[in-house]
Amino acid sequence: MATVPTSAGVVVIGAGIVGNSLVHHLARLGWRDIVQIDKGALPNPGGSTGHASNFIFPVDHSREITDLTLDSVRQYQEMDVFTQSGGFELARTEERMEELRRRMSSAKAWGIEAELVSPEFVKEKVPFIETDQFIGAFWTPSVGVVDSLRAGTIMRESALATGQLTVVPNVEVVGMDVEGGRIRRVRTDGGDIEAEVVVIAAGVWSPKLGDMAGVSIPLTPAVHQMISVGPCPQLAEQEGEISFPIVRDMDTFCYERQHGADMEVGSYAHRAILHEPEDIPSIEQAKLSPTELPFTSDDFDPQLEQAYELMPELLGAEGAEMRYAINGLLSLTCDGAPILGESHVKGLWTASAVWIKEGPGVGRAVAEWMTHGYSEIDIQHSDIARFHPHQMRREHTRLRTTESFIKTYGIIHPAEQYESDRNQRLAPMHESQKKLGAFFFETGGWERPHWYESNASLLEEYGDRVMPREHEWDARWWSPIINAEHLRMREAAGVVDLTAFAVFDIEGPGALDTVQRTCVAQCDVKVGKVIYTPVLNAAGGFVSDLTVMRLGEDHFRVVTGAAHGMADRKTFSDQLPGDGTTLTDVTDEVSTIGLWGPRARDILSSLTSDDVSDEGFGFLSCREIPLGDVTVLASRISYVGELGWELYVPMRDAAKVWDALLEAGERHGAVPVGIGVYGTTGRVEKGYRAFGFELDAERTIVEAGMQRPKVKAADFVGKEAYLAQREQAPATVLCTMTVDDHTSASGRKRYMLGGEPILTRDGGTLTDGHGRHPYVTTAGSAPSLGKHLLMAYLPPEQAVLGNELAVSYMEELYPVTVASVDATPLLDPQNERIR
Amino acid sequence: MSLDVLVCVKRVVDSSGEVVLSDDEQAVDGRYAGFTVSNHEECAIELAVQTAAAVGGAASVVTLGDPAAVEQLRSALAVGCTAATHVEADPTVFGPADVAREIAAVVRDHEAAGRPHDLVLLGNDAADSGDFQVGIRLAYELGRPVINGAATIAVEDGAVVAGVSGPDGHETYRVPLPAVVTVLEGGVEPRYPTVPGRMKAKKVEIERRTPVSEPSGPKRRRLKLPPPQPSEVQILGEGPEAAPAVVDLFERLGVVSR
Repeated sequence: MATVPTSAGVVVIGAGIVGNSLVHHLARLGWRDIVQIDKGALPNPGGSTGHASNFIFPVDHSREITDLTLDSVRQYQEMDVFTQSGGFELARTEERMEELRRRMSSAKAWGIEAELVSPEFVKEKVPFIETDQFIGAFWTPSVGVVDSLRAGTIMRESALATGQLTVVPNVEVVGMDVEGGRIRRVRTDGGDIEAEVVVIAAGVWSPKLGDMAGVSIPLTPAVHQMISVGPCPQLAEQEGEISFPIVRDMDTFCYERQHGADMEVGSYAHRAILHEPEDIPSIEQAKLSPTELPFTSDDFDPQLEQAYELMPELLGAEGAEMRYAINGLLSLTCDGAPILGESHVKGLWTASAVWIKEGPGVGRAVAEWMTHGYSEIDIQHSDIARFHPHQMRREHTRLRTTESFIKTYGIIHPAEQYESDRNQRLAPMHESQKKLGAFFFETGGWERPHWYESNASLLEEYGDRVMPREHEWDARWWSPIINAEHLRMREAAGVVDLTAFAVFDIEGPGALDTVQRTCVAQCDVKVGKVIYTPVLNAAGGFVSDLTVMRLGEDHFRVVTGAAHGMADRKTFSDQLPGDGTTLTDVTDEVSTIGLWGPRARDILSSLTSDDVSDEGFGFLSCREIPLGDVTVLASRISYVGELGWELYVPMRDAAKVWDALLEAGERHGAVPVGIGVYGTTGRVEKGYRAFGFELDAERTIVEAGMQRPKVKAADFVGKEAYLAQREQAPATVLCTMTVDDHTSASGRKRYMLGGEPILTRDGGTLTDGHGRHPYVTTAGSAPSLGKHLLMAYLPPEQAVLGNELAVSYMEELYPVTVASVDATPLLDPQNERIR
Repeated sequence: MSLDVLVCVKRVVDSSGEVVLSDDEQAVDGRYAGFTVSNHEECAIELAVQTAAAVGGAASVVTLGDPAAVEQLRSALAVGCTAATHVEADPTVFGPADVAREIAAVVRDHEAAGRPHDLVLLGNDAADSGDFQVGIRLAYELGRPVINGAATIAVEDGAVVAGVSGPDGHETYRVPLPAVVTVLEGGVEPRYPTVPGRMKAKKVEIERRTPVSEPSGPKRRRLKLPPPQPSEVQILGEGPEAAPAVVDLFERLGVVSR
C-alpha cells in the first residue's frame, strides 16, 4: 500500500473519471511527481462515476459541451471502452418536434450525423416500444455507452507507467494551506503533502474541499433517480451489455437504457432533491456508496407509469423486477456548465461538475490549460473565474438548480431567463426603469432593461419597419419595441443603462506594463485616450475584447461586459507585476450610462458647460466633465455606430444623471433604449463582434477580420502567435449575411435566432479550413436596413460578396447572401455617423 | 374458506451500513441509510404472498407508524399484498405490548367485518429496537398458538407447518389455525417489486385507523452501540500467485466447493 508522499509536483484530489483523466493527460504532457489521492478505494471510490448511467448523446446546443463530448468519445474509443448503440430522443408533442428540428440545426452545425425519424423507424430498432406514445424522434447513430470505471483505471495505469504518478487511495483531505495567496500544501489523514499545484476533482465533495482553501466551488449534489428492471427476456437473449438503442423520452424527462438483461429507467422529472456536500454519508455510513442514496419511490412513481406506457411488454415482462433503485448523486451548477480552471488561490485548480460524457475531454483540456495556459477546446463558459460573488453563495446554486433541474430535458429558448434569485444587483435608476415598463434580462446578477414598454407607442409610428415576428418561438423573449427603440436612436438619440459593465482601475508603477502585456492594442497612449482592444491567450485565441481608458500616467481603467467581467479581472490580475501595482474592482461604485444618436451632442451640451464639439471632444477620447453639479467621466466611443458618449457616473449620482438625460433628451426625441438594441441590433448593423459569440479562444483576430495595419512593438500575451497568424491566409472568415426571404413552407415568416447551420443554396454542407461547419454566431434585426442579419465564419472560398448561400432553420432552407466579408459595416460603412 | 394472511411490518432504518444513533439515543438515525423493513419481515412478506398464492388466498399487511410508514405498506403491496392497514401513531411511544394490542385489535375488527386472518406473520424481531416480543404477546392477546423463528411455512389441512433451523438441526412444527408465526430470515428469497406491481400498489386504498388505547410506552432507557469491531486485514498475496490462497479461503467460506 502506497503511503502519502511528503511533497508533489501536483496533487490531484479525486479518482473518478475526471481525476483519472487528469493524471493521464498531465503525465502525457510531461508533468512530474504527480500524486493522486482519494478517500475511497479503487477502482470505484464511491463518487458519481461509480453509479453513472454511462451513456453519451453527443448533440448539445452548446458548442463547448459538444466538443468536450466528442473529444471524450474519441478517447473512450481509443481505450476500447465505448460501445455504439445509437440513440433516440422522442417527441410526444409538436412543440417537442420543433425542438428536435432545432436539435438538427445543432447537429449540422457541430457536424454530427443525425436524422428525424418516424415512430415506425424507432420501432424497427426498439421492437418493445409502443409507437402510439410519440409522434417522431431524433436519431443519433453515434450514441453509445462507456465503461467509465474501466476507462479511469486505464488512464491511471497509463500515468503510472510513466513512473511519474503515485496513487494513494483511502486517504482523506483534512485541510489545505494557502500562504500569500498561493496553495502550499494539502493536509490529509495520512500526512501532509507540500505542493504548489493542486487540482480538486472531487465531484460532489468539491465544494467542501474548496472551502478548506477559501475557494467557492459553487455546485450542489443533486439526486437523479434511477431504477433497473430485469431480467427482461427481450434483453436477456441478446449478447453483451447493450444491443438496443437508448431511448430518451424527452417529454416525460426520462430515459430507458439497456444494461445487459436489465432496462435502466432514469428520471429528471422528479422534484429537485438537493443535498449539502457535508451531508453526504461517509463510505461506512452508506448502504451502497456515498453517492447512491436510498431510493424515494414516491418521487419516481409518475415516471414509472410513463415508462410502462412506452414499453409495457418489456417492463411488465414475466420475472422482470426492480432489482436496483437509487437516488444517485450528481453535480449541478447555477448555469449548467462545469467548473474548471485556476481559482483565485494561485496554483489551486478545479475540474468539477463534470459528467461522464465530458470527463476525458475535460481532463485533457484542463491539463493543457495547466501546462500551456490555454486548451485546444475553448472552455471559457466553464471557467471558475466566471462567477460573480452572488453566484458563489450556496443559496444561489440551490435556487437556480432547483429551477433548472426539471429543465434537464426541457425545451430551453436561447434567450430564456431564470426566474429564481433575481434582483441581486440593481442599477441606481432601477425604480425609474420599472416605471418605464422595462423588461429585465439578467447579466452577471444585474437586472438590465432589454426594452421599455413605455416605447410601445413608437410601434405605430414605425409600422412594419419594426420587423414584427409572426412565430411565437421567434418572438419569445423579444419585442418589436427593441426595433422601434433602435430606429428612434438612429433618428434622434437613445439613453442606455450600462451599469452592469465590469470596471477595474489598474494603478501603480506597473500599470502601463500590465495593460500592455494583456492587450493587443497599443496602450501607451496619451492620458485621456480610449482604446478598444482584443485580449488573447498565448495561442493567439480571443480571451476577451474590451476598452481601456488611460486616466493618468499610472492609471488605466478597464471596462468590459458583466457576463465575462470576472474572468477578465483574473486575466488582468494575473499580469500584475507584484511591484505594488493594484487592480481595484470599481464595478459597484461606478454606473455607466450611454448616450448615442445624431442628437446626442445637442443633449449633452444642454447639460454641460464643457465643450463637447468634435474639436473639443474627439472620438476615442475621455475626460471628466461637469453635468449640473455632478462630475462624470465621459468617453466618446460607440458600440451602436452613433455619435455619443459613455458616461461614468458615481453610483450615488447615477439616478439623477439618468433622469437629467431623459428629461433633456425628450425635446430632442430621445428615448430610453434597452440592451436589445445595444447588444444586438445596433451592433449587427455595424458588424461589431461580440466576445462569446463571434470571438472565442478558437478564433483569431485575422479570422475575425479585425487586424490592424500594425502590431505594437511592446510584448503582449499571444503576440508571437498573432504575428504568425498575420502571415497566413485565414482558414475561416467572419462574414455578415442578409436573409433574402423569410417565408417558410407554411407561409409564415421565420426569423433565425443564432446557432443555425449555413449551407450551400441547395442545402450542401460547407467546411472551413479548421474542419468546422459554419453556423450563425449572431442573428438579429437590422431595422435601419430592413434586413435580418446573420454573422458566421465561412470557408474562405465562400467569403465572397454577393455569394448566395442558405441558412437552415427548423429544418427548412432560407436563402442568404454574403454582404460583408470583413469588419466593414453594412450601415454607414465610412462611420460618418460616429463623428 | 379462503385464507387471508396478515403480515406485520415496521418502518425501520436500513442498518446494512454503519448504524448511527439519534442524538437522544432513543432511535436509529435514518438520515443516510434510508428506511425499510427488517430482513425478517421481508421474508415474512414473501412467505405471506407465497402462502396466499399456494392456497388461493390473499396477503394483507399492517403497520403501526407515522405517516411516512405508508412507504413500507406500499412496498409490501408492490410485491403481492393486496390490502393494507395503517395504524397511525408515533411508533416511538409504543412498546411491544402496545403494538401487540393494536395488531390484535386489527385482527379482531377485520374478523368482525368478515375478513378473518387465520394466519398472522411477523418478523422475528425488529431491526432497530430488537425487542423480540410482539409475536408472542400478539399470540397471547389472541389466544392462539405461536411458532417462533420459522424459516419456511406451509398451510395444509387447517394447520400451519413451519420449518425452524437451529444450531441443533432442523425442526418442524405443526399447529392448528388460527395461529401466529414469527419469521427468521434465510428460508426464502424475498422478491423485488415489478413495475406493474408497483403501479398497482400505488392505487390500493390503505385502511387508516387510530390506536384503540393509550400506549404504556417502550420503557427503553437508551440504545447503545457496540464497541467498533476492529477490522482485521490479512493480505493473501499479490498478483496471480495469490489465486490458490483465494480459492482455499472461498472453499473454507463455502463460496466454492471442490
